[in-house]
Amino acid sequence: MKVIVPVKRVVDANVKVRVRPDNSGVDLNNVKMAINPFCEIAVEEAVRLKEKGVATEVVAVSVGATNCQEQLRTALALGADRAILVETDEAVQPLDIAKVLKAIQDKEQADLVIFGKQSIDDDNGQTGQMFAALAGIAQATYAAELTISDGKATVKREIDGGIQTIELNLPAAVTADLRLNEPRYASLPNIMKAKKKPMDKTSPAELGVEIKPRLSLVKVEPPAERQAGVIVDSVAELVDKLKNEAKVIPS
Amino acid sequence: MSVLVIADHDNSELQSATLNTVTAATQIGGDVSVLVAGSDCGGVAEAAAKIDGVSKVLVADNAAYANQLAENMALLIAEVGKDYSHILAAATTNGKNYSPRVAALLDVAQISEITGVVDADTFVRPIYAGNAMATVKSSDSIKVITVRGTGFDAAAQEGGSATVESLDSVHDAGLSSFVGAELVKSDRPELTSAKVVVSGGRGMGSGDNFKLLDGIADKLNAAIGASRAAVDAGFVPNDMQVGQTGKIVAPDLYIAIGISGAIQHLAGMKDSKVIVAINKDEEAPIFQVADYGLVADLFEAVPELDQAL
Ligand SMILES: Cc1cc2nc3c(=O)[nH]c(=O)nc-3n(C[C@H](O)[C@H](O)[C@H](O)COP(=O)(O)OP(=O)(O)OC[C@H]3O[C@@H](n4cnc5c(N)ncnc54)[C@H](O)[C@@H]3O)c2cc1C
Repeated sequence: MKVIVPVKRVVDANVKVRVRPDNSGVDLNNVKMAINPFCEIAVEEAVRLKEKGVATEVVAVSVGATNCQEQLRTALALGADRAILVETDEAVQPLDIAKVLKAIQDKEQADLVIFGKQSIDDDNGQTGQMFAALAGIAQATYAAELTISDGKATVKREIDGGIQTIELNLPAAVTADLRLNEPRYASLPNIMKAKKKPMDKTSPAELGVEIKPRLSLVKVEPPAERQAGVIVDSVAELVDKLKNEAKVIPS
Repeated sequence: MSVLVIADHDNSELQSATLNTVTAATQIGGDVSVLVAGSDCGGVAEAAAKIDGVSKVLVADNAAYANQLAENMALLIAEVGKDYSHILAAATTNGKNYSPRVAALLDVAQISEITGVVDADTFVRPIYAGNAMATVKSSDSIKVITVRGTGFDAAAQEGGSATVESLDSVHDAGLSSFVGAELVKSDRPELTSAKVVVSGGRGMGSGDNFKLLDGIADKLNAAIGASRAAVDAGFVPNDMQVGQTGKIVAPDLYIAIGISGAIQHLAGMKDSKVIVAINKDEEAPIFQVADYGLVADLFEAVPELDQAL
């Protein structure tokens, strides 16, 4: 069974980004970049499937600029077998990415595509579902547990009310939630080995996909800042403030 | 202009987030219709018809929609929605599950978790865990949108008298099936619509210790939430997680207990009206967003607060 894992290059989760003074976007100069944490969980899940003998090959794919190779190398160091960079300098939106991945899937014919449930920069949470729609296959978002047996995937999903279990025909698209697994750290020997693993390059045009952004960014602004509050000395003072100053609890 | 709102429900009750979505729809303008797809969901359709501002309710009542499976829902929504200028769903786990699929079927973009409507083509949405607000303009003929409940007031549940029309279109993609659900039952208000939320973090130390919050929650009629660390540690179930990747809340009062205040947690609660933090570490970042901070050991402060209320 072949597994594709799309990965995205994003700002490191520990960075607090700043909006550019001209409101054109957030300032990404000299900011630490990383593999999107949810994509990392997706890679880990695919690698575990391979270690269990369920998957035979794990292919990591990224759509973006040349430097996305760094995140593909991370995926290879975590255990992916090979990588594909779909190189473009255009700002790709989820629908574009889904179309590119559909074109890759048409060639690769994977049985399972594991996505991160969202990327922590744009917080869209769309690509996996869009891909599934274009490929005409089943989807399970917010996966907390994934089992493959008898040609089906059984997925426990984290939903608003608790946990839902669904069964999918393969091929299927699954999007990883935080509790699907805890990704390993890449060991130094594996980081070295990753440098020798194959990385193919292609482009949206070569795949026959036209990048057509549908949304334009009008402006980006900082969120409303909260006023700094006060430190109270006791529980009694806290209750008094909540009753008489903030008036959020009945006095 | 005409807006189709997809109702979120469990076949017996309409999710309150749908009311906030209707408000976003009325801000966009034009006629507002609500699509109720489910199984034995007549009660939900009746409730939807009473929402203020809704002119038409479309009901697709069929076993294929019983569990809101994305493959079936998306086919139906794309079919019904192609005659509308906007398709809106609440940014709940249901809405976020099928909306991108709908958009891809219609070959349009999807705009996630809007918190503001500028005009019929232009919307505001948080990015980078709410550390920036983006204004985006769509060039698509149909806009598929998910709506963050905290950005819009709830529409009135009474006052409307929409016509109810049933649809006989059945889409069963046959790609996935529902196996079961473990839903957490609680007598407390729902986390995303509660006026008061009391949340515990890793500092709570154990699942048992979360019971310490019950007294306060009872007295304030509060929902109980949690940080990711508390959920990951197995103290409480996933449906209680507040944050960038959990639930987004904006109650009148949010009390964070034993929570450090990581960016990802703040993303889910910093629009609360009044924030209280109880933490033994005076350097904890949560104090930077708290209106009232108490530097104290929670195991002393929480029972004391319970007494004082
Ligand atoms: C991609 C991604 C997504 C994430 N999504 C979310 C999300 O949706 N929601 C979320 O919450 N987090 C999320 N996180 C995790 C987040 O970064 C933090 O790790 C998490 O919020 C920390 O939880 P915490 O504050 O409970 O734990 P900690 O950071 O460990 O803080 C515990 C706090 O408790 C205090 N404390 C300990 N004992 C006591 C005591 N006896 N009395 C008083 N205070 C005490 C400590 O001083 C400390 O400040 C995400 C992270 C990533 C990378």
